[in-house]
Amino acid sequence: MTWLEDKISSPSKLNKSSQFDWDWVLVWVLRIMAAITGAIVLLIVIFLILESLPFLLVKGIGPFFTDPTWNPTEGLYNFTPMLWGTLLATMGSVVVATPLGIISALFCQYYAPVAMGNLYRRLIELLAGIPSVVYGFWGLVVLVPLINRLHPPGASLLAGIIILTIMILPTIALVADASFGKVPQEYLLGATSLGLSKWGTICNVVFPAAKSGLFTGVILTVGRAIGETMAVLMVCGNVVETPSSIFDPIRTLTANIALEMAYALGNHRSALFVSGLALMAIIVLLAVAAEVITVTSSPVTKNS
Amino acid sequence: MIINSNNLTKLFITSTMIGLQSCGQSGQNTPTIQKLTITGSSTVAPLVGEIAKRFEAENSEVRIDVQTGGSSRGIADVESAVADIGMVSRALKEEEKGKLYGFVIAKDGIGIIVHSSNPVKEINDEQVVAIYQGEIDNWKEVGGKDAPITVVNKAEGRSTLELFLKYFQLKNSQIKAKVVIGDNQQGTKTVAGNENAIGYVSVGAAEYEIDQGVPIKLLPVGGVEATSETVRDGSFPLSRPLTVITKNQPEGLTEEFIQFAQSEEVHDLVRGQNLIPFQTK
Repeated sequence: MTWLEDKISSPSKLNKSSQFDWDWVLVWVLRIMAAITGAIVLLIVIFLILESLPFLLVKGIGPFFTDPTWNPTEGLYNFTPMLWGTLLATMGSVVVATPLGIISALFCQYYAPVAMGNLYRRLIELLAGIPSVVYGFWGLVVLVPLINRLHPPGASLLAGIIILTIMILPTIALVADASFGKVPQEYLLGATSLGLSKWGTICNVVFPAAKSGLFTGVILTVGRAIGETMAVLMVCGNVVETPSSIFDPIRTLTANIALEMAYALGNHRSALFVSGLALMAIIVLLAVAAEVITVTSSPVTKNS
Repeated sequence: MIINSNNLTKLFITSTMIGLQSCGQSGQNTPTIQKLTITGSSTVAPLVGEIAKRFEAENSEVRIDVQTGGSSRGIADVESAVADIGMVSRALKEEEKGKLYGFVIAKDGIGIIVHSSNPVKEINDEQVVAIYQGEIDNWKEVGGKDAPITVVNKAEGRSTLELFLKYFQLKNSQIKAKVVIGDNQQGTKTVAGNENAIGYVSVGAAEYEIDQGVPIKLLPVGGVEATSETVRDGSFPLSRPLTVITKNQPEGLTEEFIQFAQSEEVHDLVRGQNLIPFQTK
């Protein structure tokens, strides 16, 4: 891009003396905004750490893994069942939603007529905009009684996975759609001129070219699934137990915070902040993973 | 992905701006208006909200802000002086009586609920204990049909749970629950959606939902029917006082409001919430 620099006639360079320097204002407004945004994230982390410290200093991290149960009012703080609940619900929904989302994006980009593809895209966007509590309410009054008939009690890991799948499907579908849309037109023309079938083109040209976008999409949806609270709280049963089957109830870390925070005092409250800190750590790891994948495997980065 | 991060930045800028805007709009109070902040139990809040509305109507210079968040929040907010008055849905514990002033404004009962299609008419206290501990796990053992029991429990820290545990002399770690719920409404929805569930919610809340046609029914506790009538006359054993608390001996506006909330002027409001009015003398 540097070769363009002397060809651009920036008004701020040409008329510095006569005109007000808007570029300067813009740059500083953006810098201040960025600083505020960064500060907010840092303050949240510092706040979480400060609120967790009373517990961590007195009891350390041991009770979260070695106590027999999670009964904070009796001084027992084992949160591993909830860690498992969070991981299983998240992984389950991502494993189901990813292929569905990618297939839906393929249909949208390559198989649907243009008008239908656009309509379909709008519908998926609409699905992404529905508030999570609506999904949760639907799950509670429709899905849970349905599963209950199959295998009581109904409120279960399965219900959570289904609800989460429906919720994260739009995200993965839209991100996949966008990354397919960014596959250079020449690649597709080249594949067609070589006589590749549509499916052959998708498998051997589109997927490798869109790989990094798809990975990032998956990681974004993992983040969304981990953070989801209300819908999961309403359908998962919220019993603190490591599930042994898909019909067992689970409680996720986020649901635990939402259920107990308003009623927690002292060590209990502090322990909930520790679980918040643990969630934050997972999200940070995911963000780092997304960054690494984007940097190392993006063909766009390599070429430029 | 470059486009994505740009979008994110835009989003952050917009949300920061919205945040700044809303900061600028607060704090426009005229000095003549007196404010009272009340926080705490979601069981007490609807009643206090009604009382506050009537109090505001009679005293135009007063604004009362009622927020929910549970009894524990009520206590924490009063201790840290965030709120002037706290609401708790139980009697004050011994260790709290030294630090706080409590004033009972009404009484409420906790009823055991099952699905309305459940043939079981009555279960005694021992059976409730056995069901909640997982020793009885099929309805046929207490005279119902052959179906597994879905035990619905409340989340840790809720005053309904505390009162339930105290009455049945259980510890929460002994309870083998299949579903854990947050508020009363989630409880009634869960039981209504599961023919084999058993749960417990505020009698007032349950009666309201039954009137709305939700398919649940209340079981007697200790042989006493769970109705607002038996809670009102004090014969229903599983009941609790709804209390408002202050940090110091109330004075001024706080004292006026508490006296108003305990007076006969609001008894119709208390009854309107399916609660029993409480006489101090």
